Amino acid sequence: MKKVNLICIGCPLGCPLTVEMEGDQVLSVTGNTCKNGDKYARKEMTNPTRVITSTVRVTGGKLAMVSVKTASDVPKGKIFDCVKALKDVDIPAPVHMGQVIVADIAGTGVPVIATKNVDAC
Amino acid sequence: MKEYDLVIIGGGPAGLAAAVAARNAGVESILILERDNELGGILNQCIHSGFGLHTFQEELTGPEYAGRFIDQVKQLQIPYKLKTMVLDLAPDKTVTAMNAEDGLFQIHPKAVILAMGCRERPRGALNIPGFRPAGIYTAGTAQRLVNMEGYLPGRNVVILGSGDIGLIMARRMTLEGAKVHVVAELMPYSGGLKRNIVQCLDDFGIPLKLSHTVVDIQGKERVEGITLARVENGKPIPGTEEHYPCDTLLLSCGLIPENELSRSAGVTINPVTNGPAVNESLETSIPGVFAAGNVLHVHDLVDYVSEEAAAAGVHAARYILQGQSPAGNEIPIRCEGGVRYTVPVSIRPQELEADAVVPLRFRVGNVYQNKRIVVYAGETQIFQRKARVLAPGEMETVNLKASVLQEHGDAPEILVKLEDA
Repeated sequence: MKKVNLICIGCPLGCPLTVEMEGDQVLSVTGNTCKNGDKYARKEMTNPTRVITSTVRVTGGKLAMVSVKTASDVPKGKIFDCVKALKDVDIPAPVHMGQVIVADIAGTGVPVIATKNVDAC
Repeated sequence: MKEYDLVIIGGGPAGLAAAVAARNAGVESILILERDNELGGILNQCIHSGFGLHTFQEELTGPEYAGRFIDQVKQLQIPYKLKTMVLDLAPDKTVTAMNAEDGLFQIHPKAVILAMGCRERPRGALNIPGFRPAGIYTAGTAQRLVNMEGYLPGRNVVILGSGDIGLIMARRMTLEGAKVHVVAELMPYSGGLKRNIVQCLDDFGIPLKLSHTVVDIQGKERVEGITLARVENGKPIPGTEEHYPCDTLLLSCGLIPENELSRSAGVTINPVTNGPAVNESLETSIPGVFAAGNVLHVHDLVDYVSEEAAAAGVHAARYILQGQSPAGNEIPIRCEGGVRYTVPVSIRPQELEADAVVPLRFRVGNVYQNKRIVVYAGETQIFQRKARVLAPGEMETVNLKASVLQEHGDAPEILVKLEDA
């Protein structure tokens, strides 16, 4: 059995968590002050994920860039693949908040959506 | 120029929430003045997520969070002027501003809400020796360049200061292809949120060196490298220097409320927060001038900015509708034992509605464990709460009940302090 110390990223409290592991199995989670902490620790030890935010270029818009995010969390190991796949994306203005920019980012099955409106100029 | 009952200076999260709340509380005539070319303030460049967990129970990015309030302002048809710089606020609340369309103009509102936010501490305020080459940016400037203009300010980066913007930019620069070599922090603890250290540094293997600072910047035209050294009792220790070749130094060394206008109006400034000293109604020393958000004190979460600004909007509405500030016994709030400051700095208990709650916000001056936050009215303890961990990077809130404050309406002072649990 091994013990792993984590800090919960579920909210700004940042609870210090201790996870007891037996191989790939989570035996127990302690230190959390809500159930999100337990959920985070189990996920972080077995299948860590993150929501990725970035920007892509806009052509013909009032702003040069539009901010985007993955519509849901993607595996942590895919972060760089996702950002790389956004590198050459160029989207014509106008762009609307929630608009799908890439339907399936880096084979994760998760779409990337705009998080801001950019009007055409 | 058309006259307005309420002028809100700043169209960021504080100004937007204040405007919406003031309109909903019955003020018809409101004008928001914003110097940027869009509403939303700094949220527009904060493209990362983590905003709105308290307000909307979901995790939004900065532009999305701002968008929710901008939509409300537009729905309520609250007028605003963009690209408009407020030049002066006079003690009689005359607002002097200018823009390219209206030229120079004055407004004589019944009430003003200060919502100008804060700005970053620049290199000049940090006393770092060395030349002044290109490649030194505040973290927020770099954030704007990357996220809004689409430029990467450098490829090999060292970050001084572990405030949240510095941590966020460590991740952002890494994702955009730069190598962030190290984040150095002068203090023995980070000034940022713990979750940001995990998500922005640990996830990418970026080292955080506590009790370290920059003692030299090399390069004359462009940054060529920096030297870090360990710090003890505020002094760099000779022999601990480490050299990092790099082309960029980002500074995330604290935020300063932007109060030039408040000062010109003669508003009393709290020297600890560098923001106006306000009472329970978030009213400054000038009746009818209110303040909220980072211009008042630097917040950790925008959710609290919105909440505070909405309260300022409601109080400003009451002032406008009643035509004056209520007079009454004002109890000063003192802090000690680790509590650096409080907002507000005084409370008028008889002003409060019976079921009201006064949020007392504060920060501590060091990292503390296993303490109790205790509030006294005179000699009587009126509040206590256990606090497992307290850190300077995180704002604390204590909610005081109006009924309890009114019971102690003749107390000479209210005292907020930390005691051992």
